[in-house]
Amino acid sequence: MKKSNREPLFHIAKRGTLPYSKVWGIRVLAVILALLVCAVVTTILTGDNPIQVYGGIIQGAFGSSRKTWITFQNVAVLLIISLALTPAFRMRFWNIGGEGQILMGGLASAACMICLGDKLPNALVILLMFVTSLLAGAIWGLIPAFFKAKWNTNETLATLMMNYIAIQLVAYFTVVWEMPKGSGKIGIINQDSNAGWLPQIFGSKYLLTIFLALIVTLGVHIYLKYSKHGYEICVVGESEQTARYVGIKVEKVIIRTMLVSGALCGLAGLLLVGGINHTITTTITGGQGFTAVMVSWLAKFNPFTMILTSFLIIFLNRGASEISTTFGLNQSFADILTGIILFFIIGCEFFINYKIQFRKKSRKEEKKA
Amino acid sequence: MEQKIAAVSLKNITKTFGPVVANEKVNLDIYKGEILALLGENGSGKTTLMNMLSGIYFPDEGQIFIDGKEAVIKSPKDAFDLGIGMVHQHFKLIDVLTATENIVLGMEGKLNLKDAAVKIQQICEKYGFEVDPNQKIYDMSVSQKQTVEIVKVLFRGANILILDEPTAVLTPQETEKLFSVLRKMREDGKAIVIITHKMHEVESLSDRVAVLRRGCYIGDMMTKDTNAAEMTNMMVGRQVSLNIVRPMPINPKPRIKVDGLTVRSEDGIVKLNDVSFTANSGEILGIAGISGCGQKELLEAIAGLQPAEAGSITYINEDGESEELLGKDPRKIADLGVALSFVPEDRLGMGLVGNMDLTNNMLLRSFRKGRSVFTDRKAPRQLAEKVVEELDVVTPGISTPVRRLSGGNVQKILVGREIASAPTVLLTAYAVRGLDINSSYTIYDLINKQKMKGVAVIFVGEDLDVLLEISDRILVLCGGSVSGIVDGRKTTKAEVGSMMTLIGGDKNNEEK
Repeated sequence: MKKSNREPLFHIAKRGTLPYSKVWGIRVLAVILALLVCAVVTTILTGDNPIQVYGGIIQGAFGSSRKTWITFQNVAVLLIISLALTPAFRMRFWNIGGEGQILMGGLASAACMICLGDKLPNALVILLMFVTSLLAGAIWGLIPAFFKAKWNTNETLATLMMNYIAIQLVAYFTVVWEMPKGSGKIGIINQDSNAGWLPQIFGSKYLLTIFLALIVTLGVHIYLKYSKHGYEICVVGESEQTARYVGIKVEKVIIRTMLVSGALCGLAGLLLVGGINHTITTTITGGQGFTAVMVSWLAKFNPFTMILTSFLIIFLNRGASEISTTFGLNQSFADILTGIILFFIIGCEFFINYKIQFRKKSRKEEKKA
Repeated sequence: MEQKIAAVSLKNITKTFGPVVANEKVNLDIYKGEILALLGENGSGKTTLMNMLSGIYFPDEGQIFIDGKEAVIKSPKDAFDLGIGMVHQHFKLIDVLTATENIVLGMEGKLNLKDAAVKIQQICEKYGFEVDPNQKIYDMSVSQKQTVEIVKVLFRGANILILDEPTAVLTPQETEKLFSVLRKMREDGKAIVIITHKMHEVESLSDRVAVLRRGCYIGDMMTKDTNAAEMTNMMVGRQVSLNIVRPMPINPKPRIKVDGLTVRSEDGIVKLNDVSFTANSGEILGIAGISGCGQKELLEAIAGLQPAEAGSITYINEDGESEELLGKDPRKIADLGVALSFVPEDRLGMGLVGNMDLTNNMLLRSFRKGRSVFTDRKAPRQLAEKVVEELDVVTPGISTPVRRLSGGNVQKILVGREIASAPTVLLTAYAVRGLDINSSYTIYDLINKQKMKGVAVIFVGEDLDVLLEISDRILVLCGGSVSGIVDGRKTTKAEVGSMMTLIGGDKNNEEK
């Protein structure tokens, strides 16, 4: 028995499925721990009172009714993009071309606003914007999907490259449509006529986006969970062999799913250009095509959980820019805090799936005796 | 008995995976100079127990003694240091490296391939292995790969050798060769543990058998004092009958006619060469052959998954109308009204989706039904419940992902789903691979019931004893060509075995 102290101090063992209450308990604990660590880091690095910094974050997201509305609007846009990527991800098709698909959707609606804005009735312009932006996003999704289906090319590279093409196209049209001439950018489109501006609903310019995001959430959930298409997507994602075995045309599913994914990204582009900014720039997406990848993964591809995860990201983001101005800290410090919080949230998944078993105390005592 | 030294002694070993208890208070001794057969049904914890010995898992409770001293095995390296080596069911070799490179992989110290090759040769000569140290793994047959695995553990000085279902992929001749090597090792004083489901192997090879049931140690006995029926009863915990019935086919009519079928793989290698045969309704057509000589391609071609270069596959229905199946995908074949069921070799990679639950796996065959854009999960749920009940599937519930179930239960779900669609043709590939004896007989029984219903069954098997017992006719493949078709009631194991290695069989060697 003397030698048994060679037993490892701890070892890792898989857990069974935990009850929901415990799973969320672990997550809440992770967030609390993250806040504590952030507090320590803040005090050490800046000397500021962490409570005040946290207050600043909340202030940034919900400080005024306008700030609150903008927070929710941003959540809605990020949510739509994340939902757009989700069908592709469920199929294990790593669409990281959200940026490009959004830009193309935005470019299409900008084109409608600029070229048709004063020539056609407004309702028709908006209808055309919807159709063309969804179509443009879908085409941008279709191209990598086609190559993947036909020649099994790597979709990650192809979708990524398509982003750069989209950015260059937008840059080109910025020069073509620049307004006023020589400014090198497109100003607010149709500022006087408001032609092609998406309508306000219930007297609020924010509600349309939020409303659409909720519809898309519900739609994607139903599509993935209950429709035959959704089922095919899951089977193809899990095993192409099995899909072929039951007669599913894998190529067709890949192309169809990417059309849906790209079209939803195009919708986000439409909202950004036609509903929110009323202009287009190469940076209008703000990297959300990539952020959405994280949002979708964090939510484990569950549309409803995505509401939470996109909220979390936007909340941290908006809070971060607030504290960087009020406390005179630069944006990088805010990013450090965001990083710490995400680290804890992602890291806690490990403790949900595994438990750590320490060396049995009783045996230790046995040895001492 | 008493003076024998226990090379390994397991005391009160318990291992749980979440709520699942894989091993509970297992006590087991393994002696030097002895071959121990470890028996148990699928999911009874044999592999888990051995994995703890080889450092892959760590026991929750209990102690392991090696040569009388308590040992703590935290990693496979610890196991090697204690002289324990395990050959896994799925080979752990790197295809693009040579035998020598694979064998020295992960060893500490200076890399000296030449010396290693010499040492490998010595080991091979000592025990009678045939390995070319410089051959790449991808050029090797399954049995050569297994030999490399065994040499690998011997090279590291293993005195305690664990083999997890080593014969599952071997031909009878290769199995015999392996056994003679293992016997030599026993004479050399090594302790050998073999996990297998084949009773005749247990009887011919092992000295002692130990039985596990549902994670608990049931008992051990000397092989010479027991028999297959007794061992099976111990494993299952109740009386089971070990006879495969073979009723005469009732009114057999041609159902599937394969004519001049030639299939090339994507690399242009001929996988099937001018294969012609007829499968009749109400009859089991066994297909024998060394693994990889065209069985997979043959079944996949019939199921519409494998394009062919030449030939035809004709389906003839009850009324004598015929349809060409070649060039059609599974969906088109189903649309023609051909009720074709296929139990593929790779259950979780092709037949089922491991991460989906039972209901969703049942849905695979039926999700297209109806014109609604939504799936109907009611019928599959009922089917899942029916399969679980009728085939005694051990599962926590129908919403458990199938990959969590043990091999036998996975196979029951697959076979259950495939026969639920009332097929007229049933293709099965290695239907009982990795299944314990009780599950195997359940599957044989199911297949026989289909035959009695008038289904044309094509049964690809690897266990010749079973093929000879269950098949009405046996088609022997050899290197992608038909070596011959024999009557299952009249042929012998020797005849089929020689046909598997030589086209038409070697008549002169038959006496041997």
